Amino acid sequence: MSSIPILRIRGHLLVPVQPDLSDEVVNRLQNDVLEAIAGERDRSGGLLLDISGLQIVDTYVARVLADTASMAALMGRRTVLCGMRPEIAATLVQMGYLLEGVCTALDVDDGLDLLGLPR
Amino acid sequence: MTPGAHASSTERLQIEAEADVVVVRRRARELAIAQGFDAFAVAAITTAASELSRNVWCHGGGGHALLETVSDAGRVGLRLRFIDEGPGIADLELALRGGCSTGRSLGLGLSGSRRLVDAFHIETSPGEGTTIEVLKWARFPH
Repeated sequence: MSSIPILRIRGHLLVPVQPDLSDEVVNRLQNDVLEAIAGERDRSGGLLLDISGLQIVDTYVARVLADTASMAALMGRRTVLCGMRPEIAATLVQMGYLLEGVCTALDVDDGLDLLGLPR
Repeated sequence: MTPGAHASSTERLQIEAEADVVVVRRRARELAIAQGFDAFAVAAITTAASELSRNVWCHGGGGHALLETVSDAGRVGLRLRFIDEGPGIADLELALRGGCSTGRSLGLGLSGSRRLVDAFHIETSPGEGTTIEVLKWARFPH
Protein backbone atom coordinates (compact mmCIF):
# COMPACT_ATOMS: atom_id res chain seq x y z
CA MET A 1 0.00 0.00 0.00
CA SER A 2 1.35 3.38 -0.96
CA SER A 3 1.18 6.14 1.58
CA ILE A 4 0.11 9.71 0.92
CA PRO A 5 2.87 12.32 0.89
CA ILE A 6 2.31 15.39 3.05
CA LEU A 7 4.37 18.36 1.85
CA ARG A 8 5.18 21.60 3.62
CA ILE A 9 4.97 24.72 1.52
CA ARG A 10 5.46 28.18 3.05
CA GLY A 11 4.05 27.14 6.39
CA HIS A 12 1.09 25.29 4.89
CA LEU A 13 0.52 21.56 4.64
CA LEU A 14 -0.07 20.38 1.08
CA VAL A 15 -1.53 16.93 0.46
CA PRO A 16 -1.49 15.78 -3.18
CA VAL A 17 -4.24 13.17 -3.12
CA GLN A 18 -3.31 10.28 -5.40
CA PRO A 19 -5.65 8.70 -7.96
CA ASP A 20 -7.45 5.38 -7.55
CA LEU A 21 -7.44 5.31 -3.78
CA SER A 22 -8.85 2.35 -1.96
CA ASP A 23 -11.09 3.14 1.02
CA GLU A 24 -8.34 1.94 3.31
CA VAL A 25 -5.80 4.41 1.92
CA VAL A 26 -8.37 7.23 2.05
CA ASN A 27 -8.96 6.49 5.72
CA ARG A 28 -5.25 6.45 6.41
CA LEU A 29 -4.92 9.78 4.61
CA GLN A 30 -7.33 11.30 7.12
CA ASN A 31 -5.38 9.95 10.09
CA ASP A 32 -2.01 10.93 8.64
CA VAL A 33 -3.15 14.47 7.86
CA LEU A 34 -4.57 15.03 11.35
CA GLU A 35 -1.42 13.69 12.96
CA ALA A 36 0.71 15.92 10.73
CA ILE A 37 -1.37 18.93 11.85
CA ALA A 38 -0.89 18.03 15.50
CA GLY A 39 2.85 17.59 14.97
CA GLU A 40 3.42 20.87 13.18
CA ARG A 41 5.40 23.47 15.05
CA ASP A 42 4.23 26.26 12.74
CA ARG A 43 0.57 26.65 13.70
CA SER A 44 -0.40 29.55 11.45
CA GLY A 45 -0.60 27.82 8.10
CA GLY A 46 -3.52 26.09 6.46
CA LEU A 47 -4.17 22.71 4.88
CA LEU A 48 -4.39 22.27 1.11
CA LEU A 49 -6.00 19.09 -0.17
CA ASP A 50 -5.03 18.88 -3.84
CA ILE A 51 -7.42 16.57 -5.70
CA SER A 52 -6.37 17.57 -9.22
CA GLY A 53 -5.00 14.05 -9.72
CA LEU A 54 -8.35 12.40 -9.00
CA GLN A 55 -10.37 11.14 -11.95
CA ILE A 56 -13.44 10.51 -9.85
CA VAL A 57 -14.63 11.38 -6.36
CA ASP A 58 -17.41 9.15 -5.13
CA THR A 59 -19.55 9.91 -2.07
CA TYR A 60 -17.24 7.96 0.19
CA VAL A 61 -14.10 9.85 -0.80
CA ALA A 62 -16.07 13.12 -0.78
CA ARG A 63 -17.21 12.48 2.75
CA VAL A 64 -13.72 11.63 3.99
CA LEU A 65 -12.36 14.82 2.40
CA ALA A 66 -15.14 16.96 3.89
CA ASP A 67 -14.76 15.28 7.28
CA THR A 68 -11.01 15.84 7.18
CA ALA A 69 -11.61 19.55 6.57
CA SER A 70 -14.04 19.67 9.53
CA MET A 71 -11.60 17.82 11.77
CA ALA A 72 -8.74 20.11 10.73
CA ALA A 73 -10.97 23.08 11.55
CA LEU A 74 -11.52 21.70 15.05
CA MET A 75 -7.74 21.60 15.38
CA GLY A 76 -7.44 25.20 14.30
CA ARG A 77 -6.44 24.67 10.68
CA ARG A 78 -8.21 26.17 7.73
CA THR A 79 -8.58 23.79 4.78
CA VAL A 80 -8.89 24.48 1.08
CA LEU A 81 -9.91 21.72 -1.32
CA CYS A 82 -8.02 22.44 -4.54
CA GLY A 83 -8.19 21.30 -8.14
CA MET A 84 -11.57 19.66 -8.58
CA ARG A 85 -12.07 18.68 -12.23
CA PRO A 86 -15.22 19.87 -14.03
CA GLU A 87 -16.61 16.36 -14.46
CA ILE A 88 -16.17 15.65 -10.74
CA ALA A 89 -17.99 18.85 -9.78
CA ALA A 90 -20.81 17.88 -12.14
CA THR A 91 -21.00 14.32 -10.83
CA LEU A 92 -21.06 15.31 -7.14
CA VAL A 93 -23.80 17.90 -7.67
CA GLN A 94 -25.87 15.47 -9.75
CA MET A 95 -25.66 12.99 -6.90
CA GLY A 96 -26.84 15.66 -4.50
CA TYR A 97 -23.55 16.00 -2.65
CA LEU A 98 -22.67 19.68 -2.53
CA LEU A 99 -19.69 19.64 -0.12
CA GLU A 100 -21.29 22.54 1.71
CA GLY A 101 -19.04 24.29 4.16
CA VAL A 102 -15.86 23.17 2.40
CA CYS A 103 -13.65 25.96 1.12
CA THR A 104 -12.56 25.29 -2.47
CA ALA A 105 -10.13 26.74 -5.02
CA LEU A 106 -9.54 26.02 -8.69
CA ASP A 107 -5.92 25.02 -8.10
CA VAL A 108 -3.18 25.06 -5.45
CA ASP A 109 -2.06 28.57 -6.46
CA ASP A 110 -5.54 29.96 -5.78
CA GLY A 111 -5.68 27.91 -2.60
CA LEU A 112 -2.48 29.51 -1.34
CA ASP A 113 -3.95 32.93 -2.16
CA LEU A 114 -7.04 32.07 -0.14
CA LEU A 115 -4.93 31.04 2.83
CA GLY A 116 -2.95 34.24 2.57
CA LEU A 117 0.48 34.53 0.98
CA PRO A 118 3.20 35.62 1.38
CA ARG A 119 4.33 34.61 4.75
CA MET B 1 -32.40 -6.58 -18.93
CA THR B 2 -32.75 -3.27 -20.64
CA PRO B 3 -34.86 -3.65 -23.75
CA GLY B 4 -33.27 -2.64 -27.02
CA ALA B 5 -29.68 -2.83 -25.84
CA HIS B 6 -27.66 -5.62 -27.38
CA ALA B 7 -24.62 -6.80 -25.49
CA SER B 8 -21.48 -7.31 -27.50
CA SER B 9 -19.21 -8.47 -24.70
CA THR B 10 -19.60 -9.30 -21.03
CA GLU B 11 -16.99 -9.34 -18.31
CA ARG B 12 -17.52 -10.74 -14.88
CA LEU B 13 -15.59 -9.36 -11.92
CA GLN B 14 -15.76 -10.71 -8.39
CA ILE B 15 -16.33 -8.29 -5.54
CA GLU B 16 -15.04 -10.06 -2.46
CA ALA B 17 -12.70 -7.49 -0.99
CA GLU B 18 -12.39 -3.76 -0.70
CA ALA B 19 -9.65 -3.75 -3.35
CA ASP B 20 -12.11 -5.27 -5.84
CA VAL B 21 -14.14 -2.04 -5.72
CA VAL B 22 -11.11 -0.27 -7.18
CA VAL B 23 -10.75 -2.95 -9.86
CA VAL B 24 -14.41 -2.69 -10.92
CA ARG B 25 -14.43 1.09 -11.19
CA ARG B 26 -11.10 1.10 -13.04
CA ARG B 27 -12.43 -1.41 -15.59
CA ALA B 28 -15.73 0.50 -15.94
CA ARG B 29 -13.73 3.62 -16.67
CA GLU B 30 -11.60 1.85 -19.31
CA LEU B 31 -14.70 0.49 -21.04
CA ALA B 32 -16.45 3.87 -20.97
CA ILE B 33 -13.43 5.54 -22.56
CA ALA B 34 -13.21 2.75 -25.17
CA GLN B 35 -16.90 3.30 -25.97
CA GLY B 36 -16.20 6.95 -26.73
CA PHE B 37 -17.90 8.44 -23.66
CA ASP B 38 -17.16 12.12 -23.03
CA ALA B 39 -15.31 13.04 -19.82
CA PHE B 40 -18.52 13.85 -17.92
CA ALA B 41 -20.15 10.56 -18.89
CA VAL B 42 -16.96 8.65 -18.02
CA ALA B 43 -16.94 10.23 -14.56
CA ALA B 44 -20.66 9.54 -14.10
CA ILE B 45 -20.58 5.82 -14.94
CA THR B 46 -17.26 5.31 -13.10
CA THR B 47 -18.67 6.94 -9.98
CA ALA B 48 -21.85 4.85 -10.20
CA ALA B 49 -19.66 1.73 -10.56
CA SER B 50 -17.74 2.76 -7.46
CA GLU B 51 -20.86 3.40 -5.37
CA LEU B 52 -22.66 0.24 -6.43
CA SER B 53 -19.68 -2.11 -6.14
CA ARG B 54 -19.00 -0.70 -2.68
CA ASN B 55 -22.61 -1.50 -1.78
CA VAL B 56 -22.06 -5.10 -2.91
CA TRP B 57 -19.00 -5.35 -0.71
CA CYS B 58 -20.25 -3.41 2.35
CA HIS B 59 -23.93 -4.32 2.49
CA GLY B 60 -24.27 -7.39 0.28
CA GLY B 61 -21.45 -9.39 1.82
CA GLY B 62 -19.70 -9.62 -1.54
CA GLY B 63 -20.89 -10.69 -4.94
CA HIS B 64 -19.98 -9.85 -8.49
CA ALA B 65 -20.30 -7.30 -11.25
CA LEU B 66 -21.12 -7.87 -14.91
CA LEU B 67 -19.77 -5.23 -17.27
CA GLU B 68 -21.19 -5.16 -20.78
CA THR B 69 -20.65 -2.97 -23.77
CA VAL B 70 -23.97 -2.56 -25.56
CA SER B 71 -25.30 -1.03 -28.76
CA ASP B 72 -28.70 -0.09 -30.09
CA ALA B 73 -29.57 1.61 -33.36
CA GLY B 74 -26.19 3.23 -33.78
CA ARG B 75 -25.84 4.18 -30.11
CA VAL B 76 -23.19 2.62 -27.93
CA GLY B 77 -23.28 2.33 -24.19
CA LEU B 78 -22.24 0.50 -21.08
CA ARG B 79 -24.45 -1.72 -18.96
CA LEU B 80 -23.31 -2.67 -15.48
CA ARG B 81 -24.94 -5.18 -13.19
CA PHE B 82 -24.15 -5.60 -9.52
CA ILE B 83 -25.28 -8.81 -7.92
CA ASP B 84 -25.10 -9.94 -4.32
CA GLU B 85 -26.84 -12.54 -2.20
CA GLY B 86 -26.82 -10.44 0.94
CA PRO B 87 -29.67 -9.39 3.22
CA GLY B 88 -31.41 -7.24 0.59
CA ILE B 89 -32.61 -3.69 1.10
CA ALA B 90 -35.35 -3.52 3.73
CA ASP B 91 -36.71 -0.08 2.85
CA LEU B 92 -36.03 0.41 -0.83
CA GLU B 93 -38.05 3.60 -1.07
CA LEU B 94 -36.03 5.19 1.71
CA ALA B 95 -32.73 4.00 0.18
CA LEU B 96 -33.66 5.46 -3.21
CA ARG B 97 -34.64 8.76 -1.60
CA GLY B 98 -31.11 9.01 -0.27
CA GLY B 99 -32.07 8.85 3.39
CA CYS B 100 -30.48 5.53 4.15
CA SER B 101 -27.21 6.58 5.69
CA THR B 102 -25.10 3.84 7.19
CA GLY B 103 -21.75 3.69 8.88
CA ARG B 104 -19.77 3.65 5.71
CA SER B 105 -21.74 5.83 3.37
CA LEU B 106 -23.66 9.05 3.11
CA GLY B 107 -26.78 7.29 2.01
CA LEU B 108 -26.44 9.00 -1.33
CA GLY B 109 -24.76 6.07 -3.07
CA LEU B 110 -27.92 4.48 -4.41
CA SER B 111 -29.97 7.61 -5.07
CA GLY B 112 -26.92 9.39 -6.44
CA SER B 113 -25.99 6.55 -8.80
CA ARG B 114 -29.52 6.55 -10.15
CA ARG B 115 -29.17 10.19 -11.15
CA LEU B 116 -25.88 9.54 -12.97
CA VAL B 117 -27.18 6.97 -15.45
CA ASP B 118 -29.77 6.73 -18.22
CA ALA B 119 -31.52 3.63 -16.91
CA PHE B 120 -31.60 2.13 -13.43
CA HIS B 121 -33.25 -1.08 -12.37
CA ILE B 122 -33.18 -2.73 -8.96
CA GLU B 123 -34.46 -6.02 -7.65
CA THR B 124 -34.16 -6.79 -3.99
CA SER B 125 -35.90 -8.99 -1.49
CA PRO B 126 -35.15 -9.63 2.18
CA GLY B 127 -32.72 -12.50 2.62
CA GLU B 128 -32.27 -13.09 -1.09
CA GLY B 129 -29.93 -10.36 -2.16
CA THR B 130 -29.93 -7.44 -4.50
CA THR B 131 -29.36 -6.98 -8.21
CA ILE B 132 -28.89 -3.51 -9.62
CA GLU B 133 -28.57 -2.78 -13.32
CA VAL B 134 -27.50 0.56 -14.72
CA LEU B 135 -27.12 1.66 -18.31
CA LYS B 136 -25.48 4.69 -19.76
CA TRP B 137 -25.21 5.71 -23.40
CA ALA B 138 -22.40 7.67 -25.00
CA ARG B 139 -23.94 11.10 -25.38
CA PHE B 140 -22.16 12.49 -28.39
CA PRO B 141 -21.54 10.55 -31.60
CA HIS B 142 -17.88 9.99 -32.32
